[in-house]
Amino acid sequence: MQRMQETGRLNAGEERLRNLLLLGLAGDEPAYHAFLQELSAHLRAFLRKRLARLPDEVEDLVQESLLAIHNQRHTYDAGQPLTAWIHAIAKYKLVDLLRRRARRDLLTDPLDDESAFSSASDTEAADARRDLGKLLEQLPERQRLPIVHMKLEGLSVAETAKLTGMSESAVKVGVHRGLKALAAIIRGDA
Amino acid sequence: MKTDDLVTMLATGADSVPPNQAAHRYAAAIAWGALGAALLMITLLGPRPDLPAAVLLPMFWVKIVFVGSFAAASLLTALRLSRPGLSLAGIPGALGAPVLAIWLLAVIVLARAEPAQRATLFFGDTWNSCPFLIALLSAPVFVAIVWAMKGLAPTRLRLAGTAAGLLAGAVGTLMYSIHCPEMDAPFIAFWYLLGMLIPTAVGALLGPRLLRW
Repeated sequence: MQRMQETGRLNAGEERLRNLLLLGLAGDEPAYHAFLQELSAHLRAFLRKRLARLPDEVEDLVQESLLAIHNQRHTYDAGQPLTAWIHAIAKYKLVDLLRRRARRDLLTDPLDDESAFSSASDTEAADARRDLGKLLEQLPERQRLPIVHMKLEGLSVAETAKLTGMSESAVKVGVHRGLKALAAIIRGDA
Repeated sequence: MKTDDLVTMLATGADSVPPNQAAHRYAAAIAWGALGAALLMITLLGPRPDLPAAVLLPMFWVKIVFVGSFAAASLLTALRLSRPGLSLAGIPGALGAPVLAIWLLAVIVLARAEPAQRATLFFGDTWNSCPFLIALLSAPVFVAIVWAMKGLAPTRLRLAGTAAGLLAGAVGTLMYSIHCPEMDAPFIAFWYLLGMLIPTAVGALLGPRLLRW
């Protein structure tokens, strides 16, 4: 069992990024925002290199990886190199995407699928082809409303609870489960 | 939705995350799984009738130490495979050491026994039920361990499923050894191991399907 240990590409940046994540895990929202912001640039570079033949998929996969990292952020072990953790998740989602595509190409005519005329620059985000906002609408109310009010409109748990008539713990559970359900919809499970 | 908007959405209202969730989940899973295995053992099999006398014999504890250290090594393996990017350094050694130790003991016991006795030392009285009963007792543990893993983030699903099966097998065997009357190292070294390998194979087979996220 050969472990694929990618040694720190972030290097100097890694320690800073790791501190931002640790602050974020402790509940520091601006630090967590900064972490995700830098992470998305890092993921974009990492995935663009590995998806050279599918440039249109890069931004979708950046978003899917961000969602995965957010949903599984409790699995980061503070004693472990941050890059190893991030790259393992990004690679897992990359392999999952390629497997999904392979399965889909077996069912559809692969010629219809070729739409590879895009020129992406390395620095800026291309538009994602899949709209997470639309996918959000597929979630049941008890998950969608907490996400819309708390995560998109920035209301507090208490305000969201009052507005929706849900209990505060149901609001928190709704956000948590909703984001996991969103990831499931993306990979085609739901 | 643009990526920047997604970043803002994910960060907004993001609460603090309690530490050591892997340890907590596994502690709960092993406790519930072991309880399930113990209930199965008590209702279906019953502890061996001579248990009070057996616990005074060294071989009873050799059995427990073998299975216990194998369970500890499988737990370490499962914990590492449940989270992304952790290395498996030291895992083959940790899993192999208890197995080699019991094999060594089995060879010594067989070598020193009368040739006519060797078959009895190896087959005991219960070889034809032992592996299946171990697999049966492992079932509730397996379900609990898969639950623990699903709440974390294994990225190598087949290996993770295998580790879940190993751990379930080891905990199930620990409960089985309270019922099992066999006390000879050659029996333990083969049939116990075979029993533990049944849930392990199931885990390897089902891992990719059960653990995907």
